[in-house]
Amino acid sequence: MTALLALAVAAAFAALIAAVHGGAAGAAVWAGVVLATGLAAWLVQRLGDAPERGLAALGAPLAFGATVLALWEVLVVGLAVPMVLLPAPSAIAARFWLAAPMLWGDFTQTFLKAVLSGYAIGCGAGFGLALVADRVPFLRRGLLPLGHLVAALPVVGIAPILAMWFGFDWQSKAAVVVAMTFFPMLVNTVAGLAAAGALERDLMRSYAASPGQTLWLLKLPAALPFIFTALKVNAPLALIGAIVAEFFGSPTQGMGFRITTEAAKLALDLVWAEIVVAAVAGSAFYGLVALAERAATFWHPSARP
Amino acid sequence: MSRSIIPVLTICAGLVLLWYGGAIWMNWQVVADTQARAGATPGLMDMVRLTLNHARPLLPAPHQILDELWRSTATLPVTSRRSLVHHAWVTLSAALVGFGMGTAIGVLLAVAVVHVRALERSLMPWIVASQAVPVLALAPIVIVALGAMGLEGLLPKAIIAAYLCFFPIAIGMVKGLRAPDAMARDLMRTWSATQAQVFWKLRLPASLPYLFAGLKVAMAAAVVGAIVAELPAGAQAGLGARLLAGSYFGQTIQIWAALVAAAILSATLVGLLGAAERLVARRMGARA
Repeated sequence: MTALLALAVAAAFAALIAAVHGGAAGAAVWAGVVLATGLAAWLVQRLGDAPERGLAALGAPLAFGATVLALWEVLVVGLAVPMVLLPAPSAIAARFWLAAPMLWGDFTQTFLKAVLSGYAIGCGAGFGLALVADRVPFLRRGLLPLGHLVAALPVVGIAPILAMWFGFDWQSKAAVVVAMTFFPMLVNTVAGLAAAGALERDLMRSYAASPGQTLWLLKLPAALPFIFTALKVNAPLALIGAIVAEFFGSPTQGMGFRITTEAAKLALDLVWAEIVVAAVAGSAFYGLVALAERAATFWHPSARP
Repeated sequence: MSRSIIPVLTICAGLVLLWYGGAIWMNWQVVADTQARAGATPGLMDMVRLTLNHARPLLPAPHQILDELWRSTATLPVTSRRSLVHHAWVTLSAALVGFGMGTAIGVLLAVAVVHVRALERSLMPWIVASQAVPVLALAPIVIVALGAMGLEGLLPKAIIAAYLCFFPIAIGMVKGLRAPDAMARDLMRTWSATQAQVFWKLRLPASLPYLFAGLKVAMAAAVVGAIVAELPAGAQAGLGARLLAGSYFGQTIQIWAALVAAAILSATLVGLLGAAERLVARRMGARA
């Protein structure tokens, strides 16, 4: 029954999309849109009430996303919405295909060079300082409030200053990413290293474990969930930092550069294609970190089924 | 808290010293070049004095930034286009309007998600997934699209700020509305409370700590959103415009002053929310 309904919704939207692209308009089309949307809502409702098991849990969000995409296409084409306001998904896809080499160049410049290097350096430095702060309580008590304060500050604003120091190329964008990812990593790792229980710490002491052994065998494993939280928070943050830093000036390549210049030229389909790249890169980056977390902290209660 | 005052002050003092050292080191080359061209050979102390008072330094010394902050806030009339108060107000108003809209949307969305199961199953995964998407990259699109509709000035910036802040609020609020455990819900059932009573008397009070946590994240995000929204359109006023203009003309002291102003603005707003949180918690009977 649900499969039949899904088929009907898909067929209805396919017919509508074909109709509006063929230039059809008028009451019949809009009645079709209302009908198809109603059917889709019913489908999402049914999928949402279905028992949540394995792949079936993906049904409702996928159906919802597909409906939004189809409605977007029909409404934008049917109502002849100007491209400056909102390009149709098909126009974005076509532009994506045509501009693929350029998009790849921007992706290399912004993601592979600036984001990844900045992320590695920022997270590494935050982790290193947290290890030191864990051994020096004075440093820890002084750094933690500052780290929390920085979370409330618009860190990305230092981009123009870093561009002055490191030049306009990807090095200055990587520096912005370092500044943005450093403090979340520091604060979370310090909290994680303090998370090991007093009982376990006493046990390590009674075994006469060296500080290094305590760190490696007890504190680091206990800190892993916190460290991965920081890694996950930092993944989209790093991408945002690199893109926004390019708004302040960049060489003639990069995702942030492309978004600003093409938006100024009103080439909104290209801007949306770039957004698609950013969204896919951001989600994939986050997903990879989450997978690594699943593999590294399989013992943690939150990872158990 | 009082235990950490001395360490914090020590580290801050260390940072300021480091900053002065960095200012001398980074500006040394520029000053040395200028002096050599003028044929002068200043002594060490003169060099230090010159590096710390350069008009366009690579890294301005803290006292130069404070001086610029004081000059551009206290000595200029608030209506002046060079007054930092004027620019801060432009950004603040956009951030606050956006924060209000974002809070309203986020809370309404959370209430809907908690009460309609199909919405939760279909919409919630997208809300969570959208956290991984760099939404700030959408800022130029919103500016251009709204500009094409004839909307300029405060509203586009507020919409970007709202867009950034509704995610943390919605996610925190959903978590909070779910916070009451089965026992408390069963108790409401045995009293035959209506759905509305459960909401107002159990779920909403239980959600407040989560709501405030989300609000604080959202406030900081709203300020960032308002500042970044001023970049792509080449806005004339606002802290973001100030940053951009400073970077075009190499006015480093102006950039730093705008940055410090943005930091103070953001920290104050988040601090106010923290104070409101403590006030509400005390009114609800929490012990400090």
